[in-house]
Amino acid sequence: MSSCFQSLSDYGLRSIGYGERLLPKSDITLCEQFVLIGSGMIWNIYFAVFALLLGFFFATVLALGKNSNLPLFSAPCRLFIFIFRGSPLFIQFFFAYDLFVILPRLGFDIDLGFLVVTVETRWLTKAWLGALIVLFFNTSAYAGEIFYGALRAVPSQDLESADAFGFTGIKKFRRIIWPTMLRLAWPSYTNEAIFMFHATTLVFFTGFPAWQQKGDAIYYASYFADKTFNPFIPYPIVGFYFILLTLLIIGLFSLINRRLNKHLPTNERKRLRFNKYNLIR
Amino acid sequence: MFSYCVDPKTLEGFMWLSCYVTTAKHMSFYFSFLVVIGLLSLAAPLAMAFGFAGATATRSSLSIIRSLGKGYLAMIRGIPDIVFFLFIPIALDQAFEYLRHKVLCSDVTEPIRQGNDFVVCAAAKLPLNTASEWVHDIYGFSLALLAFGFVFGAFAGNVLSGAMTAVPKSQIETGEAYGFSQRQVFRRILIPQMWIYALPGLSNLWMILIKATPLLFLLGIEDIVYWAKELGGIKTGVYEYPHPDWRAWYFGVLMIFYLSLTYLSQSVLDKISARLSKGQATMAGKAS
Repeated sequence: MSSCFQSLSDYGLRSIGYGERLLPKSDITLCEQFVLIGSGMIWNIYFAVFALLLGFFFATVLALGKNSNLPLFSAPCRLFIFIFRGSPLFIQFFFAYDLFVILPRLGFDIDLGFLVVTVETRWLTKAWLGALIVLFFNTSAYAGEIFYGALRAVPSQDLESADAFGFTGIKKFRRIIWPTMLRLAWPSYTNEAIFMFHATTLVFFTGFPAWQQKGDAIYYASYFADKTFNPFIPYPIVGFYFILLTLLIIGLFSLINRRLNKHLPTNERKRLRFNKYNLIR
Repeated sequence: MFSYCVDPKTLEGFMWLSCYVTTAKHMSFYFSFLVVIGLLSLAAPLAMAFGFAGATATRSSLSIIRSLGKGYLAMIRGIPDIVFFLFIPIALDQAFEYLRHKVLCSDVTEPIRQGNDFVVCAAAKLPLNTASEWVHDIYGFSLALLAFGFVFGAFAGNVLSGAMTAVPKSQIETGEAYGFSQRQVFRRILIPQMWIYALPGLSNLWMILIKATPLLFLLGIEDIVYWAKELGGIKTGVYEYPHPDWRAWYFGVLMIFYLSLTYLSQSVLDKISARLSKGQATMAGKAS
């Protein structure tokens, strides 16, 4: 048991560079697998949380843009959503990484007249920024499409009532359209959030290097599967962590769902059910 | 390929390019696009079979089969599919070799798991060490195909079981009132009517399946991702066709390939959906 605490202090934060430098090589214990894979989950959570937080706002912009009557706004939004929804995330990672790698060689100086700003591109080839950008664009496109669908489904009576009460512009959007859009989109958006967490497992299998073996949960799981040649322990551990995480997300999103549905009569409220087959993908 | 390609170093411009894109390695690259199409056309029916079995199992009268089916359909919701893609091929491989070892080499008493090694006798190896290259390729591809079938079977099972519950109860009760047995109700009433409810979900699934095909790379198969990395990397002067890092271009080509594939699929699926909706008791059917 004491060795378990030992592995916790050695490898608990290994994925972000604290603790033991060397990964376990021989006589790998169950504790070490549990701790190190759990430590890798930090990266999965980091990627998904930031991509979703940033993507939420960008998705709203994309949905509004796609819904616009002006082709100047709607065309680029349509194109963006088409490109990121129409191609595999796996290929997007490779493509983006290889673009980021050649960027610094191209040089990047922006001349503002009075001073020259050098755009720093070397962080882009690191997973923490480069992969985050890809995930951010990807989730924005999917959520943008979900929000767009919900925006089109906002009941016209709601809009007419808003007009009757003299709501216009930002206020009409903020008070009437946006909350209804969110309420309608929420079940699908929950699916998208869960899918985003699952999609973060791809990061370290693409070009992005796991520098100093700081990787995510599945990076360590496949490391153990390679070392012990026994897939029956590390992969179920990853599965276990992700089931916990999925339940946590569903719980959190249900709370928000309840808040969004608060004003409705109880028989019209919809319970949030997670169905992966309902994905708008 | 062309007669003027004998000495690529002397070529320039279009001539160079036409020779470059017709090298033997590029032919393998083009062939790997066919592998993607092949995987799609084999994985889709396999997944439907798995899914149908799973969805039917959830409606079984035996509770053990019912919970097995429900577990199968539920697990895909919590666990990332990549975990299954990594786990299933190697797990199946070890399972097959374990069984063959037990049957073929029953006289060997040493344990199969020795520390960090998985040791089976030579006769139990899959494929056999003496087997030729293509047998290894086919074996690897089949394991990958099974993984795809299993994962997407669970997705499809969710769609199909949702569709089965969506068929109006009165239809089934009418069947029972006419004296149909459980099996007849299932085959003659439930199955024919569920497809229209399953179609949107299955269309989505087809798109997800297309976008999952590059994951073949993770399973160690020489697919389009492998060749794009291989061909796009920097080629120094020792190569016949030296060039700088062109991986971004190659992956750009893959992006375009997938975008056209999904665009094409979407327009076909929209047509099918419009056609099948005609005359159905759904909102889309009433509208037309």
